[in-house]
Amino acid sequence: MKDVEVSAKPYWEIRVTKVAIAGSPRSTSTSRSDRSTHAAKTPYAMSSDNVSTSTEFSPELRGRPKAAAKVLRDSNKEEPQLLPKESVQDMAKDVTYICPYIGALRGTLTVTNYRLFFRCMDREPAFVLDLPLGVVSRVEKIGGASSRGEVSYGLVCKDIRNLRFAHKQMEDSLRKSIFEILMKFAFPVSNGLPIFAFEYGQVYPENGWKVYDAQAEYKRQGIPNESWRITKVNDHYEVCDTYPSNLVVPVNIPDEELKRVAAFRAKGRIPVLSWIHPESQATVTRCSQPMVGVNGKRSKDDEKYLQAIMDANAQSHKLFIFDARPSVNAAANKMKGGGYESEDAYQNAELVFLDIHNIHVMRESLRKLKEVVYPNIEESHWLSNLESTHWLEHIKLILAGALRIADKVESGKTSVVVHCSDGWDRTAQLTSLAMLMLDGHYRTIRGFQVLLEKEWLSFGHRFQLRIGHGDKNHTDADRSPVFLQFIDCVWQITRQFPAAFEFNEYFLVTILDHMYSCLFGTFMCNSEQQRVKEELPKKTVSLWAYINSQLEEFTNPLYVNYSNHVLFPVVSMRHLELWVGYYIRWNPRMRPQEPVHQRYKELLAKRAELQKRVEELQRDVTNRSASSTERAGSPTRSITPVQTFV
Amino acid sequence: MFDGRVLLKQVILLFWPLISTWVQGAEKIDSCQLQVLEMLSSLGSAGGKSAKPSFVSYVTPEEIKSEKEPSRKEKHPDLLPGEVVFCSASTVLKYTQDDLSQRGVFGVLLCTNFRVSFVSDEEPTEEMLFKNKLYGENDIPLSCVDNIYGDKRKLITGGLVKNKYPSKMIIHCKDLRVFQFSLSFSKEEDAKKIFQGIVHHCLEPKSLRCLFAFSYCENTSYPGSYTVENTSYPGSYSYCREHLVSRLPQYFIVPKNVSDEDLTKYQGKGLPVCVGFYLSLAHNHLYSVKTEDLSDTLPTVQDILLSYNKFKQFFLIDNTTEFWMSDMKWFSSLDNCGWLDIIRQCLQKAVEVVESLEKENTNVLIMEEGGSDLCCVVSSLVQLMLDPYYRTLLGFQSLVQKEWVAGGHAFLDRSNHLHLKDKVESPVFLLFLECVWQLQQQHGPAFQFSETYLTVLSDSVHVPVFTTFLFNNDGHRDSLLRAESPHTQRSPLNCPTVWDWSVQFDCKAQDLFTNPLYTEKPKQDTSVRKSYRPRHLRQLSLPSSAFKTPPKKGFFKDEADNLKKILGVKRLSRWMLSPSSDSPQTSSSVREFYEAWQTKPLDYHGLLLPCLDGPSIRVWMQRYLRWIHDVQILGGGPVAMLSKVSEILGEVQELQRQLDRHGCTLTSNHKGARPRAKTAAAVIAARSSVRLSSSFPFVTSRNWAFKPAIPTSLLQSLMVTGMPGNLADREDDGGPESLV
Repeated sequence: MKDVEVSAKPYWEIRVTKVAIAGSPRSTSTSRSDRSTHAAKTPYAMSSDNVSTSTEFSPELRGRPKAAAKVLRDSNKEEPQLLPKESVQDMAKDVTYICPYIGALRGTLTVTNYRLFFRCMDREPAFVLDLPLGVVSRVEKIGGASSRGEVSYGLVCKDIRNLRFAHKQMEDSLRKSIFEILMKFAFPVSNGLPIFAFEYGQVYPENGWKVYDAQAEYKRQGIPNESWRITKVNDHYEVCDTYPSNLVVPVNIPDEELKRVAAFRAKGRIPVLSWIHPESQATVTRCSQPMVGVNGKRSKDDEKYLQAIMDANAQSHKLFIFDARPSVNAAANKMKGGGYESEDAYQNAELVFLDIHNIHVMRESLRKLKEVVYPNIEESHWLSNLESTHWLEHIKLILAGALRIADKVESGKTSVVVHCSDGWDRTAQLTSLAMLMLDGHYRTIRGFQVLLEKEWLSFGHRFQLRIGHGDKNHTDADRSPVFLQFIDCVWQITRQFPAAFEFNEYFLVTILDHMYSCLFGTFMCNSEQQRVKEELPKKTVSLWAYINSQLEEFTNPLYVNYSNHVLFPVVSMRHLELWVGYYIRWNPRMRPQEPVHQRYKELLAKRAELQKRVEELQRDVTNRSASSTERAGSPTRSITPVQTFV
Repeated sequence: MFDGRVLLKQVILLFWPLISTWVQGAEKIDSCQLQVLEMLSSLGSAGGKSAKPSFVSYVTPEEIKSEKEPSRKEKHPDLLPGEVVFCSASTVLKYTQDDLSQRGVFGVLLCTNFRVSFVSDEEPTEEMLFKNKLYGENDIPLSCVDNIYGDKRKLITGGLVKNKYPSKMIIHCKDLRVFQFSLSFSKEEDAKKIFQGIVHHCLEPKSLRCLFAFSYCENTSYPGSYTVENTSYPGSYSYCREHLVSRLPQYFIVPKNVSDEDLTKYQGKGLPVCVGFYLSLAHNHLYSVKTEDLSDTLPTVQDILLSYNKFKQFFLIDNTTEFWMSDMKWFSSLDNCGWLDIIRQCLQKAVEVVESLEKENTNVLIMEEGGSDLCCVVSSLVQLMLDPYYRTLLGFQSLVQKEWVAGGHAFLDRSNHLHLKDKVESPVFLLFLECVWQLQQQHGPAFQFSETYLTVLSDSVHVPVFTTFLFNNDGHRDSLLRAESPHTQRSPLNCPTVWDWSVQFDCKAQDLFTNPLYTEKPKQDTSVRKSYRPRHLRQLSLPSSAFKTPPKKGFFKDEADNLKKILGVKRLSRWMLSPSSDSPQTSSSVREFYEAWQTKPLDYHGLLLPCLDGPSIRVWMQRYLRWIHDVQILGGGPVAMLSKVSEILGEVQELQRQLDRHGCTLTSNHKGARPRAKTAAAVIAARSSVRLSSSFPFVTSRNWAFKPAIPTSLLQSLMVTGMPGNLADREDDGGPESLV
């Protein structure tokens, strides 16, 4: 009755059991023996803010590499297990952490060039708080010294929580508070220090920077073909410094004309292909707004260009232009030289506004959401409070926009052009979500990595600006949770199609956590050009190296590969819900006792074990009856997976 | 959409001669021609964007063709034994609700003593997988009719109907289906008759004998009546088998030192009845009893009805545009109707009781005026949380039998099958099922039954065939069944209970009632089980008047004083004043109790507590959204998970079989679940030709075009007003101004 026993135990015990399984001769086919070699030094960027159980209890740690978990369990030390090149910068005893869930905890605080580590030894099991400094958005000294001679500091974090510490006033006025040291290392960019990702030198079996190869990805889509070509016009980022070097454009538009089109599009971001339908040849293309201005300027080259995009798809004599903005905002952009395509100038094109608001509205919405969910949820008007943040409404609009794009491409066989103002925020959200719905490849773990590398990183979503890595200027109006919103949308789709994605919730949480952690180079910089210039692939480790080194932690056990199946999620509020596993994960009451997928994993392990036994027996039987006649029941019948979906 | 219109216009012009001949044949020249003309004129004017579809294609070429053929004489659904047709009307148009163009199918509308039934003129389409043997997808059992609306969505109430009849009739069902019929193509007399018949039989007061169950039972030979499962209660309690009180079940349990004479004193009133206990502690703690007066802390049955009536409106959709409009305010509407909050309060109260039992080792008296509404909810929830037996199919069944049917919940009054004005209708039993669903959502593997089982059970309350939910209490049932029996006085009428699922579903469909992930309790360690058995759980049905005469022999002597004190206080509906929770003190103690439990290893065969925080209490999607086309997730939903799990289980089983064949015995923990899992997998796999959707198994998507539902309304106006300052107008690129 192993399953039952295992399931009845709390989370960390299960993991221990798993370790035992992996080490035993009956090891499952899913566990890889090579993992333990590098897992020992795997970083654990996620921090836990945990109540009365052990550290490993929180869901965000679900997939923590077993060895790392073991390290934490074993370590009774006050210091963290350091990563390569990580060094302790300061340490303070008798610091109080004021936990919103269990109250004041007294312990030792350690600050390294990568993390904050707090450990309270008074409790059993010990309480540990371990967070990368990258998630810190600001550090504030709260009030003056209290009557007890304590000073208090508040840490506002990017991952929907605030931490509060207090410690005794320094008697030696020359000595800096540990929090001043912390500020220095939390905001390295502002203090002329390198971001830790440039120091961290962990070697992984796979080079994550090789996950995405633009040419290979376009080849997978069947490009170049008779209508589309890959141009090198932007090889040195001269046409557009925020675009990648490889661009796919219509065959009959020469590079010279592309440059003239670039002059008419904001920031030179010309319409280029993101995705092509394998059968209908309908395409998803992305760009920035046309520079129409108040006078309604036109560009023959741009008009010809869009016509060429339409002509590349023989199935339809129409082109849909999706402007992500609300029409009012699009019109207001004319005052600043921008605007939208007029249907007079662009024949056969239909312009649709998707009413998605700008980065400022989104930032404000998330701020409100944080107020509602952290630290505690007010029970009585939870739903009204949630609605007042508008967060899910924004999610709904983004999903609805992506759905309309996917529907036009799939059902209408029509090509679409997607843009917002600059084409690197809302446009990235829309094209990548539409591609996720249309193409099952992007729903695999590696495919999703390609999607992010392509639509977000190479096409210049400005991660550095939107997140503000290592920058102390927390009021910067360029910051906005655009990427978080996208991941939230992905999560909503995974909720509706629980078997359609190869990755699990933990995969999405890990991506978000490491977007802030500054441990990996993946989300550094604003564009491909900058990444090349900074030599990120050489100097930093890619997040994909870490993730791909332990895939089973991120794998959805229920994944059914129906790759040709288009997903049309329902974008009604009735089916949208707040992502508790991310936004409310710090609240111990909201944590599941057993990870959702645990039971499925057990089932899979069971199946693997049985499979192995059957194989052994079969070998046995064939050996024994090698000379004799075959038995009636042919034991070699293999188990073919039942196709359950169309 | 526009293209489609042009096309249809051509079609109609083409068939114009046909239409006129058919119309003449049907002797409905005036109105029909008018309709068609209207239709055509609307075509002319229809252009641009219109929120509501203005074009109604009443006639499709196929229908005209079928109408031309001599129509079959009488169309009947397959009548059940004892079912009689009261009236019928032909050429009734049933709108297909899931289509924007408001197209429909013609057919015959009938009203029988069991149901309102629509029989389509078209050939029946593919068989439903989850076919109910008693009523089909176009049948509405009379007791299942909730409201009927006429033209302009005017609510029809019984009695007011004279000679008029509406041209369009909308029927809202208690299982949340919505039917829309047009009567304007039928003969006037027929239309009038069917309308009045439906209104009369569905809305107007009637006598119990008119319920279909009686004529059904008289005409079926149903094998044996259901006997309440006798759980063997040991030692210190005695069985009392006398019909003391008409409200009480035949068997019930009281402390041993209470004589039957004492019991008779409670005649006509509530009586403390034990519903579960733990033997060894019984005597020691007999006198430490805590009382819980539910009337003070939980909503009243009227509150429950009020809240549910608001809640259900969100799901009774007859117009897509309206649906998407309401989508904008979904969360706050949900909040305002208070239904989820009522669920939370019931669960919280149950957790409080569990806490007293588990932590403080005290007995708990749950009381309430009447003693058979929220007492049933709370006491059955407590038992569900404490005792894993009640989380099995059989256990849950006996829990409902014990706490609700034998416990005297007034099913007849609460569902108001008879439409009597003086009865308080209230979905108390549904509320209980809702609470169970919440528990099940949070702790899936602990339950042997599935979500579908609960949904079907909630539907079955409105099928007037089963005696389970037809009566107010056991005595009521017995006397009526005896009186109605056609044979001798001694053998009462044999009626099916709802638990005989074969009356409604075939075996394959019943497989969907089990949860493939349920793990049975390992058999060897019975000792562990004991520690999780409920200790002292007492339910009290204590009407306020019961304690005016002090009880004798020290029976509950301590708590009698307590109770008097409580009853002396004027009862306030505290729920109405502060909807969240009664006092911060209890709620924080419940919180701590939950947190302490949460840190312990989870045992699906031990104590289960629900998380009550805001996001944890959800809407029962399967039950409420199953008929709404626009929110069906095609190819997704829980069934996607279920089918994969079933597939894996099937493979595990197959492997096990291979091993067995090799003579190798393996201990397996899925023994119980295995055979079922396989058939469930087979059931789902058999449907692979049909796209599965989130409303599986209730709706198959055979008629639906595979195209996504795109919200028809934009949120712009709403959104911008909600924005502070001019954030919405700002440029994406930060600009110089910084935000505070």
